[in-house]
Amino acid sequence: MPQDRIRNFSIIAHIDHGKSTLADRILEVTETVSGRDMRAQLLDSMDLERERGITIKAQAVRVQWKGHQLNLIDTPGHVDFTYEVSRSLQACEGALLVVDAAQGIEAQTLANAYLAIENDLEIVPIVNKIDLPQADPDGVAAEVAELVGENAARVVRISAKTGEGVADVLDAIIERVPAPGGDPAAPARALIFDSSYDQYRGVVAFVRVVDGSFTTREPLRAMALGTRFEAEEIGFLSPTLRPTRTISAGEVGYVVTGLKDVARLRVGDTLTAEGRPASEPLPGYKDVKPMVFAGLFPTDSDDYPNLRDALERLKLNDGSLFYEPETSQALGFGFRCGFLGLLHMEIVRERLEREFDLDLLVTAPNVAYRVETPTGQLVEVHNPSEMPLEIERVEEPYIRASVIVPKEYVGAVMELCNDRRGSFDHMEYLSEARVLLVYELPLAEIVLDFYDQLKSRTRGYASFDYDISGFREGALTRVDILIAGEPVDALSLIIHRDGAYARGKALVERLQKEIPRQFFDVPVQAAIGSRVIARETIKAKRKDVLAKCYGGDITRKRKLLEKQKAGKKRMKQVGAVEVPQEAFLAVLNLREGGG
Amino acid sequence: MSGPVRHLYVHLPFCAHRCGYCDFVTLVGRRQGHGAYVDGLLAELELERALLADPVETVFLGGGTPTFTEPAALGRLLRALPPAAEVTVEANPETVTPALAQMLREGGVTRISLGAQSFQPRLLSLLERRAGPADVRAAVHTLRGACFDNISLDLVYGIPGQTPAELARDLVEALALEPEHLSCYELEAKPGTRFTHRYGSELERQAEALEGYFEQVVETLTGAGYRWYETASFCRRAEDAAGRDLRARHNLGYWLGREYLGLGIGAVSTVGGLRWRNAPRLAGYLEALATGETPPREVEELPALVREQERLLLGLRLDRGIELAGVRGALDRGALARLEDGGLARISLEAGSERVELTHRGRFLGGGVAAELIA
Repeated sequence: MPQDRIRNFSIIAHIDHGKSTLADRILEVTETVSGRDMRAQLLDSMDLERERGITIKAQAVRVQWKGHQLNLIDTPGHVDFTYEVSRSLQACEGALLVVDAAQGIEAQTLANAYLAIENDLEIVPIVNKIDLPQADPDGVAAEVAELVGENAARVVRISAKTGEGVADVLDAIIERVPAPGGDPAAPARALIFDSSYDQYRGVVAFVRVVDGSFTTREPLRAMALGTRFEAEEIGFLSPTLRPTRTISAGEVGYVVTGLKDVARLRVGDTLTAEGRPASEPLPGYKDVKPMVFAGLFPTDSDDYPNLRDALERLKLNDGSLFYEPETSQALGFGFRCGFLGLLHMEIVRERLEREFDLDLLVTAPNVAYRVETPTGQLVEVHNPSEMPLEIERVEEPYIRASVIVPKEYVGAVMELCNDRRGSFDHMEYLSEARVLLVYELPLAEIVLDFYDQLKSRTRGYASFDYDISGFREGALTRVDILIAGEPVDALSLIIHRDGAYARGKALVERLQKEIPRQFFDVPVQAAIGSRVIARETIKAKRKDVLAKCYGGDITRKRKLLEKQKAGKKRMKQVGAVEVPQEAFLAVLNLREGGG
Repeated sequence: MSGPVRHLYVHLPFCAHRCGYCDFVTLVGRRQGHGAYVDGLLAELELERALLADPVETVFLGGGTPTFTEPAALGRLLRALPPAAEVTVEANPETVTPALAQMLREGGVTRISLGAQSFQPRLLSLLERRAGPADVRAAVHTLRGACFDNISLDLVYGIPGQTPAELARDLVEALALEPEHLSCYELEAKPGTRFTHRYGSELERQAEALEGYFEQVVETLTGAGYRWYETASFCRRAEDAAGRDLRARHNLGYWLGREYLGLGIGAVSTVGGLRWRNAPRLAGYLEALATGETPPREVEELPALVREQERLLLGLRLDRGIELAGVRGALDRGALARLEDGGLARISLEAGSERVELTHRGRFLGGGVAAELIA
């Protein structure tokens, strides 16, 4: 296909604004799939994605329209996957910005639109769901036009559900999105914008060819990591794998690498041909680092090998998942896992529980800290219990948070952000009724329950997105929890010094309620180093007997004791104290119902 | 030829009224049916007689309200039951008349367990008990008049709204009657009863405050010279009672893990490796026995290990604990060592044999301690 007949584009949208429905409709209208074969939301292949209405892994589909080859590159729709979104966008020349005609612009609309603008993409603004009774196509079109600097008349109005206007979208792509540049005669270069793992064929890379061309059986090299392999198969998706001999500059396709280790091929890297290698890789490769960490422990310690196998298998399809073995005195053997963000953590956890049938205890999440010890040593800490007691300085990750709310909730959002050590950056009116607030916040302050709080304080109207903006020094300290004098590693936390006393006190009070009374008094303490900052006592039980027991009661009493005994087995032993697993989650919902 | 079972329980389900907190198998009224029920009991006795030792050691008539049973039928039953060293009948105070007392004496009854429950009219009416405090005192005098020298009083504590002072008064009143034996139970909100429906949440709320009541009962009664020989049972010491062992022998049979035969609807038996419970329905019981069949039963198998576990959990209720030899397989020795360190359990040596028993404090926590000790 000549380059000027190729168009590469993505669809970007806030969650639930109709991205997947539009993608489905495009496949139908272009007769890439017949209506009968159409599985709703075909591009989202994982159950979880369909349920949550988000797309986790990008994929690419080739369709034909009026003598042109259009490549639709799907993007993940959530903040945690910003890096993947930007790699997908880098593979395109244009983006369809889809906005719900009833909802208007939301935080992810903005975040994705800015990403598209940064990548020099031609944006085709689209107002979707114009068939809804509460739709305001004109108002929303004006909002979108303002955002992307377009004339409101050029905003395409559609209903992806009914198919109305979808052909106009395809025409607009051909008219407005530029054909790909790149030099077909230059040494071959292709951007890896996504990858997946096939049990039999190894890593499959999804690529956008920028220069030259790639041919089946050709020896290739990933430039950043230096990985060498042979292209076992080359092809494109339409919508299933279609092998072909060659893909050339401007085209999008896949490469079956045969590599059995996903770590050897990273999204963002550049492929080139060994025979005539390019001298410079494409720009933009970045090693994504997990920012949110949590301990994952099997509820039943016999499940440890199963958890290890499950993580290994997840990692094959999810290169951004990080894990290493962790041993907790209280929780036994498990793994400390690193995630791109909270949603990523939630998805991994659900996949482990659902696809691998594991019963897990997930500790409160924390962020990555950069610590300098008094001896000048620099360490990255992923687990509060590993935080050195002697610290010269600590840095924590910060985010730049965008919150969009109806104007009457501005005060509530500001109060929440201030409570969470946020600093105000700026505020702008998107329309008369809706406001964008931008705050700098420590990531640690949002990992627990920020999003829930935001939703509850704005009655669900707020939309929220964030970007990691870097590391900053903070007056942070480690608080340890001691139960009956024994420090409980799984309950240690790192918090800002100003909040240490209140949080320590709240946590100790919570634990006092969560831990059942024992045969002895059990002190529960919060301490910074050797200094106790809060203390409660779980009073010993004075009575625990089954009142009377005669001939007719024995079976029932025995079963009661067996049940009591089984209940004890689910407890985790901290010294002589039995701690229910739920207590380890106490730290998660400390702020319930308050600020 | 005689069998192995030395303890016989006979269930008499009839009551004048069903108290709100009761979850036993009871039947209200139906006086004209009492004779037929006794026929059923005697038929069941004949079917199972081969299981009984000769002589049996104890007989216990429980209810219901055994003394509410129509007198001719009750008298016939007593005469037909095998004689035993201890024959106990449960009685409600308002049913105790000189004629009844006389009839029980003549029927070979040696011991009366009197359901006093409380001496506070307010609390009695809350429990829907028919007898007042005066009835309890009158019943004890009547029984003494008929020469009963082994009377047990049942007391209940933890009644919704009951204060520690009210409990103290109940204990004083009970002690004033100089009973040989006392059984003191915390009121249980049993699932499905009217009482639980009405007071369940209140009982839950006061659960922590109630912990002190058990201590108050034990301290008061041991202070008055009673032996706290089982979790909920107290008796006068042998040295204060001319050397008589006033522990309830029948109930000791349960706590020592012995075999027992139960007759009547809802009655439970444990013999050999089996435990069975007669179905609670009266008609089905009578129909089966009328045709010479055993009544409908639920049967549970008790493997040797389960029997040992039961012996352990029951034996730990006793002040003298239980011989280690009989419960070795069921005992978690690691847990025992931890509980010994914690001052809750101990091993004692008596007549050359090791016993496992709970300490004074351990006995207050007996349920949790037993759950821990069972391997």
